[in-house]
Order: sequence, then structure tokens, then C-alpha cells
Amino acid sequence: MKTFKEYIAYPYGLWMIIFIAVPLLVVIWFSFLSNPDFKMGEYTFTLDNYKEFLDPVYLELLYRSFVYAVIATLISFMIAYPLGNLIVSLPEHRQNLMIVLMILPMWVNFLLRTYAWMVLLSGSGLVVKFLGLLGFTDATLLYTQSAVILGMVYNFFPYMLLPIYTSLKKIDPDLLRAATDLGANHFQMFVKVKFPLSLPGIVSGCMMVFMPAVSTFVISNLLGGGKYMLIGNLIEQQFLTANNWNFGSAISMVLMTIIFLVLGIARLIAGKEIDTGGQIL
Amino acid sequence: MKKILLILAVLCLPLMLGGCASDDRAVLNVYNWGDYMDPAIIAQFEKEYNCRVNYETYTSNEDMYVKVKNSSDTYDVLVPSDYMIERLIKEDMLRLINKENITNLANIDSTALNLPFDPGNQYSIPYFYGVLGIIYNTDLVTDPVDSWNILWNDKYASKILMYDSIRDSMGVSLSRLGFSMNETNEANINAARDALIAQKPLVMAYVTDNVKNLMATKDAAMAVVYSGDASIIISDNDSLAFAVPKEGSNAFYDNFVIPKNAQNPELAEKFINYMLTPEVAAKNVEYVGYSTPVTQAVGLLDESWQKNSAFNISKEDLARCEIFKDLPSDILEIYNRAWTEVNVSK
Repeated sequence: MKTFKEYIAYPYGLWMIIFIAVPLLVVIWFSFLSNPDFKMGEYTFTLDNYKEFLDPVYLELLYRSFVYAVIATLISFMIAYPLGNLIVSLPEHRQNLMIVLMILPMWVNFLLRTYAWMVLLSGSGLVVKFLGLLGFTDATLLYTQSAVILGMVYNFFPYMLLPIYTSLKKIDPDLLRAATDLGANHFQMFVKVKFPLSLPGIVSGCMMVFMPAVSTFVISNLLGGGKYMLIGNLIEQQFLTANNWNFGSAISMVLMTIIFLVLGIARLIAGKEIDTGGQIL
Repeated sequence: MKKILLILAVLCLPLMLGGCASDDRAVLNVYNWGDYMDPAIIAQFEKEYNCRVNYETYTSNEDMYVKVKNSSDTYDVLVPSDYMIERLIKEDMLRLINKENITNLANIDSTALNLPFDPGNQYSIPYFYGVLGIIYNTDLVTDPVDSWNILWNDKYASKILMYDSIRDSMGVSLSRLGFSMNETNEANINAARDALIAQKPLVMAYVTDNVKNLMATKDAAMAVVYSGDASIIISDNDSLAFAVPKEGSNAFYDNFVIPKNAQNPELAEKFINYMLTPEVAAKNVEYVGYSTPVTQAVGLLDESWQKNSAFNISKEDLARCEIFKDLPSDILEIYNRAWTEVNVSK
């Protein structure tokens, strides 16, 4: 006899099968095929798509994507952690207001916000004009590496802030007071108590920023002007212009595998504490 | 199991309801490039011929090909480019057009007819054509713009926009080095790649859609663009001009074709004929910007269009241009790889 609860899970299961499991299996299937002229029913099994990826050109691209994503994650963390602490120290109603303000930009479409940055950073945009007033003439911002990283930090920052804020909020203030009572100075209290307790939130936040950043192609396209290709752009190119869906699928699989590995490592770092809250993953 | 079927049935219900619209007019399924036909003209055609046009769009010849080849949807009119028409003819996917029904064919400029991809225009009727060239700001560019070499001139460092497309950017580099835009020799393709890598530090960005804005704000001095985009940009800005380099360039011809499995070929021919009426073609130019093969349409446009160098492409310029060929996949592989190396380089 099945319970009502089990029945209510069916639509979700069906949804996940249709929109997650099946597409994923198709990608895996495609990645092992060779189908040069893109005709239905004409293909052979091969490992060539994976072998091709071992080429230094593509590995360099993978490396670059990781470097960009790590930098974006670190910057987001460095902004979000102090901010999270600051927000937690505010009275309750102000906290909610601050969090809403932080999330507010996400109500506007991601693409629109990125296009807005294109206008702001362009030679005739506000940011460059302002820098000009400060004496930095001829600053180029749009279509630079910094613009790409700025775009990543700006777009994914809320995903860092929210889990950090939640995990900081969950820390029992009595624990911090006990630490100081027992003779820890402010720094020791932070290093030995507060930081470890907020680690699950930090790990979640880092993953939530790292994953979209490492696979983005829109930001590098719009703010990098196609000059700073990332692995996401390569996948996009294989599907949309090069019409090599098989190689594109293979790269997607490689990227997915690596993300899973990173995810596993992150869980190890956070240890058991990851189960105590603040996590989204 | 029954539950699952029930759920599936419920999920499919909206699809079924959507399918039975109460409209007994004839339906014409048109599949065209995005932003490539004035919607007002389609509405006008629906009214005059008492039919309903089901209008869908695509972003590349390849997208269109995959959909037409593999999907169960059928279309009555497609607008592929030259090399894709060649492929569709080769694969026996097109229907012979009854030219007696295309009375406006008499209006068509002979340069757009009888081209190598469809000799005698048995399967295709011209719609628009255009060339790849350089749009530049006459206030910023002091040197004459008559060669692709200007894109490699470090005087304009960080003010050059390239076109973010494999065949087009590689084509520019190949043409500059004196090779064909349809080059199949690997060493020559790699030489073009190396030239693009050497050029990269001078390039502001590889774009397809932000050209108008960057040219208008003078952030960019010159850009590689297709003539139709250029003509629209120039029509709003007097200090911009368009040039087709002396080394030659790419010319494309987008023609109407009727697929073999079309449901309504007679209406399709009426639609094609309608689009070639001078008044309709002129109205369409103002929306699309590309050069029309309908000769009488040009006279109906106002003076700014007549003077627009990206719209009125000279016969000499056009004669220097090559049409892209449908390259075999092993050659395209070399192009893709070369372009990726350009993209990855610093």
C-alpha cells in the first residue's frame, strides 16, 4: 500500500526523467559517437571525441576557465564574507531588508543586466567618464579580462552571500560568548569558532559561484568580446556553429566530471559540518 | 502504470487543444531567417490572399537544414543561402518552381539569376543578396579603406571590430593573403589562422550584434560587417561609410525555395511572386537593409537609400566577390580547429 506522499512524488520523478535524466543520457550517448555529416542513423562508436580534447589547445582553455572561475569565486567570497557578518550584526528587520536589497538585482533578467554592464563599461559609458574625471583618461574596460571577471562576480555574488549569511545566522551567539569568556581574544574566537562553524555556508557559496562561472559563455562573450574564450564558449561553438555535437557532448561530459570531482573535494573539506546547515547543495 | 498514463494524458492536453484552432483559411508555412521580412508585409499578404501564414525563423542555414531534414514539420517556403541551396538540390529535397506563376521574375536583375548553385533558377528565386565588407567612421579613419590590410594597421589598435563567425573571419584573412575564401589547402588555412592570431592584439572585440552601438559612439573605428547591417547603420549616421576591399570578399544570395514535401506549393509560388512586387520589395528593404534584386524597387526608395553605399553595391564590387561553397566536413574541421586556436590565443 503506497502512501499519498509517494504518489505525489510521481510528477516530480517524471519531470526529472524527462528534463534531466534523458537529456543527460543523450549527451553521454552523443559523446561516444562519430557522425560527421549529421545524418540520422549514420554513426559509429568512437573514443575520438575524448582523445581530441586532450589537445593542448583545449586543455589550455580548460585551465583558463578554471583560473577565471577561481578568481571570481575568491573575489565574491572576499566581498560576501565581511558583508554577511555585517548583515548578521544588524537588527532582525534591517537584516531582511538588506537581504532583499542584495537579491533585488536578480529580479531583472541576467542578460539584461549583462547588457547594462556593456553600456556602463563602454568608452562613452558612465564608469569610463567617471574615471576620466579622476584623471584616468583612455581607460578601456569593456572587452577586457577584468570585465569578464567583473561580470562573473556581479552576476553570481548573491549565490555566495545567501549561504554565508544563513550559516552565520545559525551560529548560536552563546558559543561565541563562551569562547571569549574562556579567554579567547577576538581573533582566536574568529579562527577557532566562528569561521569553522560558517564553513558549510562558505563551501556551498563557493560551489554556487564556481559552477556557473566555470561553465559560463554569455559573460565571456558579451563582456569579453569573444577575445577571452572559455570552455563554455567552446561547447556553445561546437553545438551552434561548428555543428560537431559529438565533440561538444564530450567536452560537456569532461566539464561535468570535473565539477563533480570538485564538489566531492569540497564536501571532504567541509567534513561532517556540511550537514549542520547553511548549505544549499 | 495507469496513473502514469493518466498524468501523461493530462500533460499532453494543452498540446491537443492548441492544435485545433478554428480557422479554415489555407495555411502557408514559411521558414525564414530571423528579422528578415517586414511583418507588415506578411499581414498584407494574408489579407490579400485570404490565408494564414505560419511564420517561423532560424539563425543559420545549418539550423534550418537540420530541422527540415529531421523534423516532421513541413514547410512551404524556405530561404536558404547559395551553398545550402546547392546541398538541398543535391539531396533532392526541393521542388521545381513553375516559373509561369512567378510573373515578377521579369523584374529581377540578371546578376542575381543563373548563379552556379542553381543554373537556370529551376529551384530557387532570388530574395536578397549582400556582401561582407568594412564599415568605417570617416572622422576616425584617415587612410583609404580599400583593402583588408587596414584591419591589420596598428594605428587603429583596439578600435577594430571583427565578425564573430568562423567562415567570415577566416575568409577575411584568407582573402587578404590572396587565397580563396573557400580555400581547402591546409597550409594556406593555417597561414590565415596565424595572421588572425597576429591581428588579435589590435582587435577590440569579435562581435555580431553590438556593431551599431560601438560605431555610433566612436568606440570603434571600423568593423567587418555584412552590407545589410551596414546599410541600416549608415542610414542613421552620416559619418559612416562602407567599402568592399579590392582583394574581394564574400557575396551571398538568399533565395526562396519550395521543399519537395510542401503542403501548399501553389500558395508558396503566389507568396514568392508577391515578395518580388516592386512596392512590396521596396518596403521590405527599409526593414531588412540588404540589396534587393528587384530592379524597380530601388527607384521607389528615397534618396538616402539610393546614396547608401552598403545598399547599392556596384557591379564591379560584386564581381570580385566569391560565394561560399559547402566545404566537405574534413575541411571544415580544419577551419573549426584554426578558429578555436585564434580564439584561445592571447
